[in-house]
Amino acid sequence: MGTECDSIFARGMRSSLRVVVCAATCGLAACDGPPDRTPRLDEADLARGLRLVSEKGCVACHTFPDVAWPRGALGPSLVSFGGQGLIAGRLPNQPGVLMQFVRNAPAMAPGTSMPAMPMSDQEARDVTAYLLQLRSR
Amino acid sequence: MSQPTSSSSGLAEALRGWPPPVLDPQGPFSNTVTTLAWVLIALMTLIFVLVCAAMWVALYGNDSLRARLGGERVVRWFGLILPAGVLFVLLAWSMALVSGLTTVRGDELRMRIAGNIYWWRVSYLDAAGREWLADANELHIPVGQPVVIDMVSEDVIHSFWVPKLGGKMDMIPGRTNRLKLQADQPGVYGGQCAEFCGGAHSLMGFVVVAHDAASWQRWLAARQMSASTAGANPAPVADTEVARGRQLFGEVGCAACHRIAGTAAQGLSGPDLSFVGSRRSLGAGILPNNRGTLIGWIGDSQSIKPNNRMPAYRSLSGEELGALAAYMESLK
Repeated sequence: MGTECDSIFARGMRSSLRVVVCAATCGLAACDGPPDRTPRLDEADLARGLRLVSEKGCVACHTFPDVAWPRGALGPSLVSFGGQGLIAGRLPNQPGVLMQFVRNAPAMAPGTSMPAMPMSDQEARDVTAYLLQLRSR
Repeated sequence: MSQPTSSSSGLAEALRGWPPPVLDPQGPFSNTVTTLAWVLIALMTLIFVLVCAAMWVALYGNDSLRARLGGERVVRWFGLILPAGVLFVLLAWSMALVSGLTTVRGDELRMRIAGNIYWWRVSYLDAAGREWLADANELHIPVGQPVVIDMVSEDVIHSFWVPKLGGKMDMIPGRTNRLKLQADQPGVYGGQCAEFCGGAHSLMGFVVVAHDAASWQRWLAARQMSASTAGANPAPVADTEVARGRQLFGEVGCAACHRIAGTAAQGLSGPDLSFVGSRRSLGAGILPNNRGTLIGWIGDSQSIKPNNRMPAYRSLSGEELGALAAYMESLK
């Protein structure tokens, strides 16, 4: 589990590095507005991420803008989660961190009501990508 | 920790897919209903075409055709004798067809399902009609064998409907209706309350699990064993989180409404939780059953199914909710 997550994180880091290198070689200013935190993780599928939040049952506690029902209210609403600075009020909202959090919240935020959710690497990547593009509309 | 089921809920299963479940019969009784539906649709189409043709004649036909169409003979035959005949034949045929859905041979497996706001109480009955096993929101049946279900209600009118396995049957307070179900293939079939029963009526789903012979025997043996040991002292559990959950279950007051066989919890106004950990769905067919959805349901079921009779327990901490959910998952 640990090594899996590490490798995803490393991949995330590598791809953001690629973006920076690309931006630099193209002569673009790297400080145009806030950094784009949408994960550029290969093969993340937003539609699958949306389906997974229903199938895994995330919707039982969280409200999502694209899910009419259920609109769970035990956990925080995730309607504009992508624009949020922190996860659970204490962790930086970054792809690598979020990807670990959606799978094992208790390890990262002790005392949370959110349980560990068994998910494959690909599923966690899809859910992360979906969550990070949620902006207030 | 159990894996969430792949098909998220019985409710979705009852309503989704192509062909629509109502036209996709998976047993002899639903087959009857679907045959009747197709015959009615065909007849309707024929009549629609006839009426269109008559209208065309009335608007654009030549004078002799229009005179005939407006004549007394057409009115007598097509306005009176034919409709009366068709309706009479249909009535007789559908009554003969449908009577097979409720006739009881006597040697079938017997069950009773009681509609409640917004869930289903399930009782498995022995040959004498006594309940030997209590469960909720999920029914287990063997394939290829009809089961007879007594339909009752404990509050308002509900209607029980598993479209792939049988017709609809109303549950009327003070009355016992009978319905037969049969599945020809093993699988999980979704159901849905089909009579408006209150605000969360649409969230009142159901799950039928059809077992092949071997898996049915295994299921039956496991349940019969737990039924015969019920009443014995609860076995000590090794898992501390589960033990904490069991203790909380009593302290928080869950036992006032819920029953868990073999423990002090004997409340009967809510769903029986003796086997809640083995159910395919949570909240009567509406959510996958896993640690997360259990926590969400216990902590704030009102946001998931508004006005269900279970209050939100938002005062419980994350650790307490986790322990209760772990206990629920352990009940199999």
